[in-house]
Amino acid sequence: MDNLLSIVTFIPAVAALILLVFLRGDDDAANRNAKWLAMAATTVTFLVSLFILAEFDPNDTGFQFVEEAPWLLGLQYKMGVDGISVLFVMLTTFMMPLVIAASWNVTVRVKEYMIAFLMLETLMLGVFMALDLVLFYLFFEAGLIPMFLIIGIWGGANRIYASFKFFLYTFLGSVLMLVAMVGMFAEAGTTDIEQLLIHQFDFETFSLAGVTIVGGFQTLLFLAFFASFAVKMPMWPVHTWLPDAHVQAPTAGSVVLAAILLKMGGYGFLRFSIPMFPVGAEVLTPLVLWMSAIAIVYTSLVALVQEDMKKLIAYSSVAHMGFVTMGIFAANQQGVDGAIFQMISHGFISGALFLCVGVIYDRMHTREIDAYGGLVNRMPAYALIFMLFTMANVGLPGTSGFVGEFLTLVAIFQVNTWVAAVATTGVIFSAAYALWLYRRVVMGDLIKESLRSISDMTPRERWIFAPLVAMTLLLGVYPALVLDITGPAVAALVSNYDTALAAAEAASQLASN
Amino acid sequence: MTSADLTLVLPEILLAVYAMVMLLVAVYTSKDGLASTLVWMTAGVMVALAAYIGVTGEGAKSAFNGMLMIDGFARFAKVTILLAAASVLIMSEGYMKSRDLLRFEYPLLVALSAVGMMVMVSAADLMALYMGLELQSLALYVVASLRRDSVKSTEAGLKYFVLGALSSGLLLYGASLVYGYAGTTLFSGIIETAQAGEVSLGLLFGLVFLMAGMAFKVSAVPFHMWTPDVYEGSPTPVTAFFATAPKVAAMGLFARVLHDAFGNAVSDWSQIVALLSVLSMFLGAVAAIGQTNIKRLMAFSSIAHMGYALMGLAAGTVLGVQAMLIYMAIYVTMNVGTFAFILMMEKDGQPVTDIAALNMYAKREPGKALAMLVLLFSLAGVPPMLGFFGKFYVLRAAYEADLAWLAIAGVVASVIGAYYYLRIVFYMYFGDENADGLDSGGSTILWGFLMASAAVMVLGIANMFGVESAAAAAAATLVN
Repeated sequence: MDNLLSIVTFIPAVAALILLVFLRGDDDAANRNAKWLAMAATTVTFLVSLFILAEFDPNDTGFQFVEEAPWLLGLQYKMGVDGISVLFVMLTTFMMPLVIAASWNVTVRVKEYMIAFLMLETLMLGVFMALDLVLFYLFFEAGLIPMFLIIGIWGGANRIYASFKFFLYTFLGSVLMLVAMVGMFAEAGTTDIEQLLIHQFDFETFSLAGVTIVGGFQTLLFLAFFASFAVKMPMWPVHTWLPDAHVQAPTAGSVVLAAILLKMGGYGFLRFSIPMFPVGAEVLTPLVLWMSAIAIVYTSLVALVQEDMKKLIAYSSVAHMGFVTMGIFAANQQGVDGAIFQMISHGFISGALFLCVGVIYDRMHTREIDAYGGLVNRMPAYALIFMLFTMANVGLPGTSGFVGEFLTLVAIFQVNTWVAAVATTGVIFSAAYALWLYRRVVMGDLIKESLRSISDMTPRERWIFAPLVAMTLLLGVYPALVLDITGPAVAALVSNYDTALAAAEAASQLASN
Repeated sequence: MTSADLTLVLPEILLAVYAMVMLLVAVYTSKDGLASTLVWMTAGVMVALAAYIGVTGEGAKSAFNGMLMIDGFARFAKVTILLAAASVLIMSEGYMKSRDLLRFEYPLLVALSAVGMMVMVSAADLMALYMGLELQSLALYVVASLRRDSVKSTEAGLKYFVLGALSSGLLLYGASLVYGYAGTTLFSGIIETAQAGEVSLGLLFGLVFLMAGMAFKVSAVPFHMWTPDVYEGSPTPVTAFFATAPKVAAMGLFARVLHDAFGNAVSDWSQIVALLSVLSMFLGAVAAIGQTNIKRLMAFSSIAHMGYALMGLAAGTVLGVQAMLIYMAIYVTMNVGTFAFILMMEKDGQPVTDIAALNMYAKREPGKALAMLVLLFSLAGVPPMLGFFGKFYVLRAAYEADLAWLAIAGVVASVIGAYYYLRIVFYMYFGDENADGLDSGGSTILWGFLMASAAVMVLGIANMFGVESAAAAAAATLVN
């Protein structure tokens, strides 16, 4: 199959179109059909995407399954995956059937809900596969529309504020990237990512309006992309949209947001910032590292005092993303491997945690931590699953959470000991807030009157968690599953980065002599 | 004067003769009883002429001793103008009929203003320019006050007339200065006088006044004050007309004068256009935030959009003109769809313009709400809609002409602007369940225009229906 990637990307979109055009009515039968069609489409997408994984050759560090077609204005429709992006594609196709299954109880505007999620899947897959700048931007930005609607229509009480904040915040972040893309197009004469990866952008220091810009054009481009990805990631201090969006979004929306959408920022750093603007990246690395370290400690402390479960997990996501940016900008093999691993693992763990919150929210309709306590007495299965993911979130060895954190910390220790020292304290804080959350919600005696009749998880809910439990444990004990695929591509990325920096160093030496 | 010249302006002549003949026919027969037929006939004639212009005519030919220039640029603009005018006419019919506004003069005035616009975009002489402009404007002043018994409508017409006359005065003053210092009214003569770097002060003065007059016609800030009032006061179909065809004509005229007459002095006008552009983008974005009337909101939206189109013009390059033409074509298509939607906003048969009335519209009319959603995101310039590509082209043109600051300002303004488009989405999709809303239904014709326009916004991203290459060819004939 020559256009496997396009097929995978557009199956959900076709399903959404079928729902839009052919499904009429608002009764139970129509709703059921919408759910089953969405379920079928996402499952088929996952199954087809397995072919990508099966035929993927990890030792080839270039792009594979490449498709190309001319488009407007010298742009291209170009798709492809490499060792860095293929796992994000798999993560997306893997999570979406679970997300649809988790939305089985939606009763309001089911058809539109399913259409929004299916479109979102297409757009997210497109982000990870696009090999043209503008195509990438198209998918990257278009994802805001369904997410805006998901938060705004099916969200909580304060959904309007959250949806506007989400949209405008991320839109503002990425329009600067658009200008940078236009600049890259003008300078390199192409928007083909494959060619841009080998194009060397100008890095001669110059001054603009009295400000000296070390690293020149590359630094400016880096900053523009950074504005977009840092917001998407999200990094401290531009993370404030995330807790709002998470708290107000419906459970499935939170899962998609945490498991997949946040990974776009990290993916962007790996695809654009590091390989295309190495000099700019190097100039700003100390800043990014310290921002990450602050994010880890600060958001962990903030998480400690949250009273809303979703908010707590949202802040913990920001902290975990701090490990990711730290690993990426350590720019060595362990760091980048660890960052990718951490993103994949965080996709499973945070997705599962939001689903855990969703389980009890569906029963009690509150996310206040104080409203719960002693759930273990009535919900043993839930307590077990919640404990597993709490531990994975803390980074207990044997779960996938450990591997990513460990690798990134090892990497950062080689680069900047102080940042490593600060970040390590974050691990302790994360244990504190996660375990304390678990204690307050699950342990103790069941004294609250309202909880007396709460029921344990239904078979449907258990089946949703089963794949996530399996993946978390599997990756925890056998991380090579991920690292074998990413390894060669990451090695190439790191060596290109070092080569580019050495060449830049030599060039500036030459200029100063 | 030869028959060759007449052949070149055949479409204009045909349309003008058609309008006069029909005027006589209608006056001596059943008057307003003929109005519906006339609307359809006029639209038909316009579409036929657009097709004729589109398929015939190659290369750049000048007519009447250089007074008119019939080139690819003019053809592109004329086709856009005629199709936009025909669409709006067809959309107006049902609305005006049900409100007893449908007079037989309406389609004929629109036809006459279209003749004016066609002359504007092919003007190659200051006299021809002014003739076209006035023919267009006078017809528009009348249709603005079409609803004679409404204070707002007559106020709109009067305001438009007084301010329009003022701007024509500015333009004429500029034209006379240019004539005085260049010694000719022909663009081909002016461009020789205005060689790069040696534009005389008087000529520069003339240029600035000319630009002020044209900025008024495209409603660029700071010459935009008339726009919200005229948009609000005029009957909605007329507003739809104002927002589409005349904007293309004025933009075409702007590009024509700047490139044909002052193409050697790009650096002299580029910064003025850039300033107009940045002011329009920001004012359009910020001022629309507080609007509750959708017609006023669309007025500010069109001001902002003109800012983006001017960004392409400010580049002063072939790519810039191409970007501007593409932007205008996309803009017109979006506005036709949006106004089709606004025309359908009714409650108990009465037109409604309050945005809050759209509460939970998506619940009752999912199809129309979705089409409007697509159009709104397209207007906001959010990918993957076609509106994004319009912005992408002008940004690229501006960046490559060393106007990176303008590109950055443009994208920042687009974020501010996104807020008010989102607000409409918010009413349609997130509103209260129990509020009573607008009438459902609406005419099939309007529905068709809305759906077609939304479909173009989505499907157009594949190849833009060939508009890209047509605009490239058109731009190449203007800038050399």
